[in-house]
Amino acid sequence: MPAPAEYRLVFKHIDEPGYTNDIECYQRHGGYEQLKKAFTMKGPDIVNEVKASGLRGRGGAGFACGVKWGFIDPTKNTKPVYLICNADESEPGTFKDRQIIHKDPHQLIEGMVIACYANNVHLSYIYIRGEFPLGAKILEKAIAEAKAKNFLGKNILGSGYDLEIYVHRGAGAYICGEETGLIESLEGKRPYPRIKPPYFPAVLGLYMCPTIVNNVETLCDVKHIIAMGGANYAKIGKPNNTGTRLIGVSGDVAKPGYYEFEVGSLTLGQLINDVCGGLKNGRKLQAVIPGGSSSKVLRAGEKYKIKEKQADGSMVDKEIGLEDIPMDFDTMAAIGSMSGSGGVIVIDDSRDIVSCLANLSEFYAHESCGQCTPCREGSLWMKKITRRLADGHGRVEDVALLKSVADNIAGRTICAMGEACSWPVQSFVAKFKNEFEAKGRAGKGPAVAATNGH
Amino acid sequence: MSCKNPFNHDITPADAPLLNVQVDGQWVQLPRGLNVVEAAKRVGKFIPHYCYHPKLSISGNCRMCLIEMGTPKMGPDRKPIIGADGKPEIGWIPRPQIGCATMISEGMGIRTDSPMVQDCRKGVMEFLLINHPLDCPICDQAGECKLQEFSVEYGNEDSRFVEQKVHKPKQVDIGERIVLDDERCIMCSRCIRFSREMVNDDVLGFTQRGSHTTLAVHPGKRLDNNYSLNTVDICPVGALTSKDFRFKMRVWFLKETKSICTGCATGCNILVGSRENVVHRLTPRENELVNSEWMCDQGRLGFHYIHAEERLLQPTARVNSTTLPVAWDDAFAQIRDRIKSYKPEQIAIIGSARMTNEELFLLAELRAGLGGNAVLTDVVPRTGEADGILRSADLNPNTAGAKLFQISNDGKNLAAIKDGIESGRIKVLYALHEDPVGDAGLSESALAKLDLLITQKLLKSHSTDIAHFSLPGASFAEKRGSMINGAGRLQRLNKAIATPGQTMDDFEILLKLRATITGGNSLHTIEEVFKAVAASIPALSGLSLSKVGDLGVEVAPAAATVTT
Repeated sequence: MPAPAEYRLVFKHIDEPGYTNDIECYQRHGGYEQLKKAFTMKGPDIVNEVKASGLRGRGGAGFACGVKWGFIDPTKNTKPVYLICNADESEPGTFKDRQIIHKDPHQLIEGMVIACYANNVHLSYIYIRGEFPLGAKILEKAIAEAKAKNFLGKNILGSGYDLEIYVHRGAGAYICGEETGLIESLEGKRPYPRIKPPYFPAVLGLYMCPTIVNNVETLCDVKHIIAMGGANYAKIGKPNNTGTRLIGVSGDVAKPGYYEFEVGSLTLGQLINDVCGGLKNGRKLQAVIPGGSSSKVLRAGEKYKIKEKQADGSMVDKEIGLEDIPMDFDTMAAIGSMSGSGGVIVIDDSRDIVSCLANLSEFYAHESCGQCTPCREGSLWMKKITRRLADGHGRVEDVALLKSVADNIAGRTICAMGEACSWPVQSFVAKFKNEFEAKGRAGKGPAVAATNGH
Repeated sequence: MSCKNPFNHDITPADAPLLNVQVDGQWVQLPRGLNVVEAAKRVGKFIPHYCYHPKLSISGNCRMCLIEMGTPKMGPDRKPIIGADGKPEIGWIPRPQIGCATMISEGMGIRTDSPMVQDCRKGVMEFLLINHPLDCPICDQAGECKLQEFSVEYGNEDSRFVEQKVHKPKQVDIGERIVLDDERCIMCSRCIRFSREMVNDDVLGFTQRGSHTTLAVHPGKRLDNNYSLNTVDICPVGALTSKDFRFKMRVWFLKETKSICTGCATGCNILVGSRENVVHRLTPRENELVNSEWMCDQGRLGFHYIHAEERLLQPTARVNSTTLPVAWDDAFAQIRDRIKSYKPEQIAIIGSARMTNEELFLLAELRAGLGGNAVLTDVVPRTGEADGILRSADLNPNTAGAKLFQISNDGKNLAAIKDGIESGRIKVLYALHEDPVGDAGLSESALAKLDLLITQKLLKSHSTDIAHFSLPGASFAEKRGSMINGAGRLQRLNKAIATPGQTMDDFEILLKLRATITGGNSLHTIEEVFKAVAASIPALSGLSLSKVGDLGVEVAPAAATVTT
């Protein structure tokens, strides 16, 4: 079955010939019209539209956006409410938000103004990763343009509503993408994620005030929800998996790139083979990381049992292969992985799978903030073991040890970084056990005796 | 004036409502406001932890206090489902939770030692140890190290770690009194939080990240505040050590004696750590009504004089121009023989607000025997600056006692004593635990005019050199007795070490001197003296030394005139 056509909503004008990132171009294409429409609505009505849309967060966790907004009741609290756009796009394999920031920044700003208006926010931040200096400049310029035209600032478009948006650059840390780490960083501190409870952003967020943290893509979607209405937006995609999804494909495919599809409209196989032109150089598929580097790896040839909802509402058990997996939130979770940040990494059979994991583990060891014990110590330990195995200094017992170390991290840390660093290890070791054991058998053992080894 | 802690997670208001909580299968009632670690502690269950400290903000980073918890299962009517035992059925959360940041709630279940909890602890212990140096044999923390203790209690018997350990700075000089070993640090952040929250001196922090995270002082700053050594106490490992104490003594050899600090009128409760009649360190002892769990560095390190070279070790008498050793009884008899020819107006006493109540009481009795109020008496006031934390503006530990026994006249009589000696009207001076020159401000030439100078102190000085009788007394660590702090709290000193050489406990010196001069003695022990003290002061009536207890009793809220 051929892949369905792309459904470009957020990416509508991205890479369109002649489309530039200045405000005049944006307005020529209907920009800021949805903001005017939003100002004819009441804040709670916008929140209800977003709830009706079924929009799930596009940052990685897939939490329902309307529910997140619903945690904040501006009528009940006396503190200011903040909205932060999480533009710390750092998950390896993920490169969708930067397209928006670089090529269509006003779409993000329009979405943010609507979201802020809906939640009675008067001060908002875009937290952008330190490695995006150009993106930060573009956003600064876009904000200045929007202010000059009164889409931002005091009494926006005569509505009586005030909003300021500031761009805040990170200093280069993956953990700043974790929302409470981000908040700490924004407050000028080390980005140590906060303990939850009690520091849920909706209650005790930025400066201990209620705070909404939304992904760039999510905030862009808000604009389109206003344009078409929540109920119509919900018709895109599948129930509970509504809207479109930006997907970034990298790795060993002929045509890596970024695409936008209706959620669940195409399968992983269609994405790789039809959209991305199949594997490079006629190689075979070995594995796919389906939702950013921390999602659990899928092995070529694997079979998954899922329940498929029939037209009459009944559920039918079904066995599917990797290439049959529909690209939606719920199925990806049902088969034991996640659609995460939409970053699909394709690995062909020329790759040493142990080295692939060593590479990922090195990333997580480098990015662990070091606050809590299991992630701090475990991530570096896993890096050392996987590197040893990959470099021919492994032992057979390292395979079981790796799994055990990962098991001692996941679920026991302050933030989801514990899972992020241990899920790849758990899944690679479980699904490529033979490859890991072969490396262990062929290995010479540690090259240097452990110092102080207790 | 109890210490103001930023947090008191271990204390709940007396009127806090009780919650029904199941701890390891047993239903108990505990006050609302407790976290799981404190709740478990109240029912005798210890949940191991490193970063959690009841007096500091909750960090939740060590993950050692992971426990299993559950909340009541709710029925369709949104009411808890009641089980066969008449108690709510608990829905257990499959993921472990940190006990320090989890507040107890009605119907909550806690498992402090389930297989999941044990597995978590084993995992955390292993993680903490893989990069920790195995230098316990030369580490000062050994013997009181939570890493050692929990490793034995909850850890694995062998290591699975075959990699190179992470290396970090060692012997980092971060302050006047503190050395840091970054390889031993487990990044619990207690010291950081203490400095920030308790002392408002935010000089510590982490640099680097991941396993390379390194504790450091802010560039250009030092951990030099007057409470810096408390970070050594709360450091669960040997990362922060005291320059004064390190490499001096293994802690398991130390005898710990409960006492109080005599460095100011706060009277912080302490443990005197001693071995074989040598004091090696003072550490704070918890007393929520006084110092909580802290003490200042000044007080903590202010004990070395008791082992000073200049310590007087035997009573001496001046014969013509030479000073010779004398037997105690001979000294007392000679003092009696010489002092009796003077009228009360010719005698002055400089006592000290560093003396115990028992000593002050006996001194007052002795003064009565010598002629009562006609004998000019006073103490030497000492004032500094209160720091709003623990240090009192009154640097004498027993100003309140000195007033109570009317030895103190707030220093107002010192000028009259000086005038009297200089004019030749006063011929006899008895100075106890104050140096007439160094402390009381008399001149050496004035002292030379005295017919009889009796000094009773610890350290040799010009005054003791020229004294007709020098009576070597005992330090705070060598005696029992009581003092009243600036807040009117009666507290006990306990004897940690023996009096050195031929020195004598001051209450005994006074008891014997009084008996020799005024005759008759029905008091022998410190308990008997205290009883006599208690009988003479209404505020103390009915008290005995044992009733005072380790934490003291409030006797006179307004006893202190020097406010802190």
